[in-house]
Amino acid sequence: MNILKHAKGFWSSIVLAIVFGVVMQFLITGEIINFFYVNTLYFIGINIILAASLHLIIGITGQFSIGHAGFLAVGAYASAIITMKLELPFAFGLLAGGVAAAIAGLIIGIPTLRLKGDYLAIATLGFGEIVRIVFLNIEYVGGASGMTVTQLTTWPWLFGSILLTLIVIRNFTNSTHGRACISVRENEIAADAMGINTTYYKVIAFAIGAFFAGVAGALYAHNFFIIQPTNFGFLKSFDILIFVVLGGLGSMSGAVLAAILLTIVSTFLQSYPELRMIIYSLVLIIMMLYRPQGIMGTRELTSFFKIGKSAKGGVNDDSKHTVA
Amino acid sequence: MTANTPLLKVNNAGIRFGGLKAVSDVNLELKQGELVGLIGPNGAGKTTFFNLLTGVYVPTEGSIELDGEKLNGQPPYKITKKGISRTFQNIRLFNELSVLDNVKVAYHSLAKHSIMSSIFRLPKHFSEEKYMEEKAIEFLKIFSLDNVMHETAKNLPYGQQRRLEIARALAANPKLLLLDEPAAGMNPQETEELMNLIALIRKKFDLTILLIEHDMLLVMGVCERIYVLDHGQLIADGTPEQIRNNPKVIEAYLGEEVS
Repeated sequence: MNILKHAKGFWSSIVLAIVFGVVMQFLITGEIINFFYVNTLYFIGINIILAASLHLIIGITGQFSIGHAGFLAVGAYASAIITMKLELPFAFGLLAGGVAAAIAGLIIGIPTLRLKGDYLAIATLGFGEIVRIVFLNIEYVGGASGMTVTQLTTWPWLFGSILLTLIVIRNFTNSTHGRACISVRENEIAADAMGINTTYYKVIAFAIGAFFAGVAGALYAHNFFIIQPTNFGFLKSFDILIFVVLGGLGSMSGAVLAAILLTIVSTFLQSYPELRMIIYSLVLIIMMLYRPQGIMGTRELTSFFKIGKSAKGGVNDDSKHTVA
Repeated sequence: MTANTPLLKVNNAGIRFGGLKAVSDVNLELKQGELVGLIGPNGAGKTTFFNLLTGVYVPTEGSIELDGEKLNGQPPYKITKKGISRTFQNIRLFNELSVLDNVKVAYHSLAKHSIMSSIFRLPKHFSEEKYMEEKAIEFLKIFSLDNVMHETAKNLPYGQQRRLEIARALAANPKLLLLDEPAAGMNPQETEELMNLIALIRKKFDLTILLIEHDMLLVMGVCERIYVLDHGQLIADGTPEQIRNNPKVIEAYLGEEVS
């Protein structure tokens, strides 16, 4: 079939991913890996979604947003209201989390994306803080003491969300729409002069990024038994930002890799709370000194496997990279 | 469009930044197929005038019409779609993208597939992307850039970067092409190649070209008419021969004669 022929590498990686997902499911239900590791796995999964969603905004579109925890919070609270207050199934909660965050992204994105560089960073930072304070003052969602949530996040939901996030963002990036976003990152004036509606693509990237951050928020809320506004401070935003910067601005596999590595590092350092932040900061400083472009630069993981192929540059090679 | 309506008509256009009149009272007409030069000393407002035409700045006075349609106040991307495309004085390529992708970005407005069809990889996505790619490769062949099409744009030598910028501007399918100092920083041989290229694309794409240039050899060599801008105002227009002998132009460039 035509579609299958176009994207052989793409489909085979999805099949591989699903096999991995099923194997993990058996390991979890068979209690072969203990609870501590399962919990770490969930953390990694949520962070992967967050990293990939911020990658679309910062790495691809070049809009330096540091209020991502705000979208995480919107998604978390929206989904918790759906499942706990309205008692609807978790699937609705996930969707509502994403949609609510995407709407927040639109509302925030339309006015602020006219700003550039530092100003946008400050505006988004402000947004993140406003969201936190708003939830702090709404009695309906428990105010400062937070909201109790049942544990509903399971491996299939989490894994499905990760897969969907990565596929959507990858497919978006490797299309004319993704190229439009990259052209905004590379040179906004030139992009404008080439007929790209730059504001539109900035807002779209922002909304898609916010949507998946909201989905991550829903998974986060239902993994924890309780959500409190303090979980969504600006330090959380910086955590996500670090995944993207460390992984390499413009590389989705880099962001995912950094999310996995840093989550593992910070989980294992939890037993040494006084050392944790020091080691974490040291890693970052060393990284920025010796490899400022991040782990992957702008390359994607797959580009290492098909150097020969991309050099030939087949017209129909769907998995060829726009970024690298 | 009838034969005698001008493609571009600029009426008393000007822009003022606060108290500073950067460009004022510019009247200019370009007929279909003309190659016209815009010259003037540094700081005369040439690039500002290009920015007015392409919508980067909104004119504070006067009007700009393309094919009889008013362009004032339209955003740059809409003006590009209407048929004015440009290059930049300081090259503005999409540095991290490949040569091919640089051109494909210019084809973006031709793409008919939606974001959704790209995300879900519907058949439309593949057919449109394939069409864009084939068209872009074909296009790069005209500019003999097809042998470097997978190269990252920033790694190209300077002359090829200039050529790529012109190729990219043309890929946006303009009626009117604005070239902002295309020969800046080029050696005589590269300039000569550029002159040939301009002649070639003009014939091949049936273009109208307005070019800013400091290289008088190039301007006098290829342009049919020349406008001269000084202190934001047009001081002369005519054939290269007329301009060469115009006392006002000589004064603007060299200063007043000592009497």
